[in-house]
Amino acid sequence: MTDDTKSTQTLDVWVAGTEEPELAPTDEGAQEISTDESETRLDEQFGRVVEDDYVFDDDADPEERMILNMGPQHPSTHGVLRLQIELEGEIIRRTKPIIGYLHTGMEKTGEQLNFSQGGTNVTRMDYLSPFHNELAFSLAVERLLGIEVPPRAAAIRVLMTELNRCSSHLVALATNGMDIGAVSMMIYGFREREQILAFFEKTTGLRMNHNYIRPGGVAADLPPGWKDDVDAILDELPRRIQQYDDLLENNPIWVGRTRGVGVISAEEAIAYGITGPTLRSAGVDWDLRKAFPYSGIEQYEFEVPVGVHGDVYDRYRIRIVEIEQSLRIIEQVMDSMPKGDYRVDDRKVTPPPRARIDESMEALIHHFKLFTEGYKVPPGETYVAVESPRGELGCYLVSDGGAKPYRMHTRAPSFSNLQALPITMADSLMADTVATIASLDPVMGDVDR
Amino acid sequence: MPTTAPGNLLMTTVDKAARWARTRSMFPASFGLACCAIEMMATGAAHYDLGRFGMEVFRASPRQSDLMVVAGRVSQKMAPVLRQVYDQMPDPKWVISMGACASTGGMFNNYALVQGVDQVVPVDIYVPGCPPGPQSLMHGILTLHDKIMTGEIDN
Amino acid sequence: MTDEHGSPEAGTVGEAVVVERLMPDNPVLRGLFEGFDDVAWELSIGQDVARVPRARWFEFGSAAKEAGFEVCVDVTAVDWMRQRPERFEVVANLLSMRHRLRLRMITTAPRQEPAVASLVPIWPGANFPEREAFDMLGIVFEGHPDLTRILMPDEWEGHPLRKDFGVGSVPVQFKESHKVS
Repeated sequence: MTDDTKSTQTLDVWVAGTEEPELAPTDEGAQEISTDESETRLDEQFGRVVEDDYVFDDDADPEERMILNMGPQHPSTHGVLRLQIELEGEIIRRTKPIIGYLHTGMEKTGEQLNFSQGGTNVTRMDYLSPFHNELAFSLAVERLLGIEVPPRAAAIRVLMTELNRCSSHLVALATNGMDIGAVSMMIYGFREREQILAFFEKTTGLRMNHNYIRPGGVAADLPPGWKDDVDAILDELPRRIQQYDDLLENNPIWVGRTRGVGVISAEEAIAYGITGPTLRSAGVDWDLRKAFPYSGIEQYEFEVPVGVHGDVYDRYRIRIVEIEQSLRIIEQVMDSMPKGDYRVDDRKVTPPPRARIDESMEALIHHFKLFTEGYKVPPGETYVAVESPRGELGCYLVSDGGAKPYRMHTRAPSFSNLQALPITMADSLMADTVATIASLDPVMGDVDR
Repeated sequence: MPTTAPGNLLMTTVDKAARWARTRSMFPASFGLACCAIEMMATGAAHYDLGRFGMEVFRASPRQSDLMVVAGRVSQKMAPVLRQVYDQMPDPKWVISMGACASTGGMFNNYALVQGVDQVVPVDIYVPGCPPGPQSLMHGILTLHDKIMTGEIDN
Repeated sequence: MTDEHGSPEAGTVGEAVVVERLMPDNPVLRGLFEGFDDVAWELSIGQDVARVPRARWFEFGSAAKEAGFEVCVDVTAVDWMRQRPERFEVVANLLSMRHRLRLRMITTAPRQEPAVASLVPIWPGANFPEREAFDMLGIVFEGHPDLTRILMPDEWEGHPLRKDFGVGSVPVQFKESHKVS
C-alpha cells in the first residue's frame, strides 16, 4: 500500500434519507482534481496496477515453514502422486514428488512373458495412450528381428495412434478443466472420447488396453465400414473442439488461472529431459514424428504447434492444436489407406490364418509353436522411441536369443516430466499447483510402471 | 376409523426406509488408481451417467463418502494408504473391487502388487474385467444396491 | 556381446597405433570419439553405441554434452548374471536435438558393490532414472544428490529387477472349492 496520504480521499457514502442530524454533512462542493500526477498515481487510477493486501514477507522465519503432504489419495493429483510441499504462507518453497504408489513390476513381468504376449503388459503402462506403448515395443522387437511391416499395417498403426492422441488429449483437457474449476470440461472431454472409444472397440475388441499393435503388424484388419465411423469422428470433433475454445479461450477466469502459471524455460526443460507438449510450450520445436519418423508418418502433412511462454495456457492451446493436426493426419490416412496385408508374411513370426490350420500340417505346427513357445528373437539390444501424447516414449529392449525379452525397459515420458514439478512450482502459490500438475499431464501408470 | 390407509401415505419399516435411503444416494470416494479409474470416470460422465443413481458426486474426502470403488492395481506401497482411507470412512460403508487387478492381482502376479484388495479391506462386490466397461461397473453398483435393499449385505 | 571388429591384436585396447579403430561416419560423433582412445564405437542394429570404461564414464558424458548431446533421455541397467565378466551393464541414452542424433553409452559394473559415477551434474534429468536403476538393480551412482528408493517402499529389501530376485508370484489355486452334492 502506498503511504501517499495526499492522494487518497475518504468518501462518506450513505443512503439518502437516513442521515443522522448529528453528523456534519460533507462538502459536496467543487471536486478537486488531485495534484499528484506521478506515474504511480496514474497507474493506480487507470487500473494498471492492483493494490491488494498481500504482503510478501521476505525475511520470514525458517521455522514458519510448514510441510504439507498432498496425496497419494487426492482428487487432483492425477492418480497416486504424493507431493511433499514446504510452504511458507501460501508460497511454495520446495517440492518433492514421491512416486511408487502404482509400481506394478511391469519390467519384471515383461521378462516372464514372451514377445507376442509383451504387448498386453506394455499396453497398461501409459493407460491413456495404450497404442503408443504397444507401438514402441513392437517397433523395438521388429528392429531386433529385422523385419519390416507392410504399408497397410504401418498406415493402420498411424491411424490408431493418432486417434489415441486425440482421446488422450481429450482426457488431459477434461481433467485440466475440472481441476481448475471448469467442471463442464470433464463432461465434454469424456463425451467426445466415447465416440473414439466406440471405434476402438469395434476394431480391437476393447475400449482401453487393446493389445492390437503387435510385432509384425496389427492383430486384425480394420472392420468393414470403418471409413464411415472415422468420417463421423472427423465431422464431430472439430465442432466440439470449437465449443471448448468458446468456453475457455478468452474466459478471464481461465486465462487468469493459467497465464504465467507453471512457467518452464527452454533450457530447464532440455536439461531435465522433458519432452512432449511441455517442452513445446517452452518454445522448443521438437517432435519425434518430425525428427525421427517411424511407421511411415513422414508421408503425411501436419504441423507441430510450438508455444511461446511455457505456461499452462500455452500447453492447453498446444493440446487443442495437436488434436486438430491429428485429425488432419487421420483424414490423409483414410484417403490413402493402402491395400494389402495387415501383418508381415513371415511365418516364423505371424500366426497362420485360422482356416489354414485345418488344411496344412505345417500351419498347425507353426500355430502351436508360436502360441506355446513363442518366436525367438536374435540377440541384440535396441532403443526405439515414439512420440506419445506426453512426450518421448521409448523402449530399450535386450534380447539374448530366447523367446522372452532379457530386459525390457520403458523410457516413460511422465517419469521424466515429473522432474519439472520442483522447478515450476518453486516460489509459486499453492493454488497454482493443481493447474501445473494438470498441465504436465502425468499418467502414474507410466511413471511407476 | 378407516381400515385402509389413504392414498398418499406410505407404510414401511424403519429398516427398509433406511436401506432405501442408503442405496439411493451413495457417495463414492474417489480411489481411482490406474486404468480402471479412467473407466470409472467414463461411467460418471455424460454417456453412461452415474448421476441417475445419485452417485455422480465423487467425494474427495473419505469422511463424507460411503462407497469406496477400488479402481486399479494396489501396490505394496499403496496398501497401507488404502487401509487408512477405508478406516476413515464412516459406517455404513461398502467396497467394490473394480477390475481384475483389484480383485485378484490380475495379470500381474508378482512382488509389487497386493494379490487382491480383499487382503487389505473387506470387499462386497467384485467387478471383473480389464478394465471393466462402464456397463459392467454399473451392473456391479446396481447389484450392490439390490443386495442392500434385500438386506443381504448388512453393514 | 560384440568385440572389436577386425582387430588382430585384440588384447590391449588403448594402443590405436597398429589397429585401425572403427570410427563413425558422422562428423559430430567422430569428433567426440577422437578425444577418447579407450572408448569403442560400434553399431548395434544401426544405432551408435559407445562402450566406455567405467573410469571415464563422467568424462565421456561431459564431452558428449559439449559435443551437442543436450538431453540425457534415459539411464538404465541390465543384469547379465554370469554371462558376462562384469555382472551389470549401465546404459545411458543420449539425444542431440540440434544434430538430430542419438548415442548410447554403455559401461559395466562388477558384481560386488557396483558403482558408477552419476550423470546428474551434467544432465539434471538423469536424477529420477538413476534412482530407479539403484532401486531396481542396486547400482550405486556416486555423486547423486539423493540416492534413495523411488519405486519400492523405503524399507524394502532387495533389488527386484536382479535376476536372482524371484518374481514373487503367488501360486494360484482354488481355495475351499465347493463340493457339488
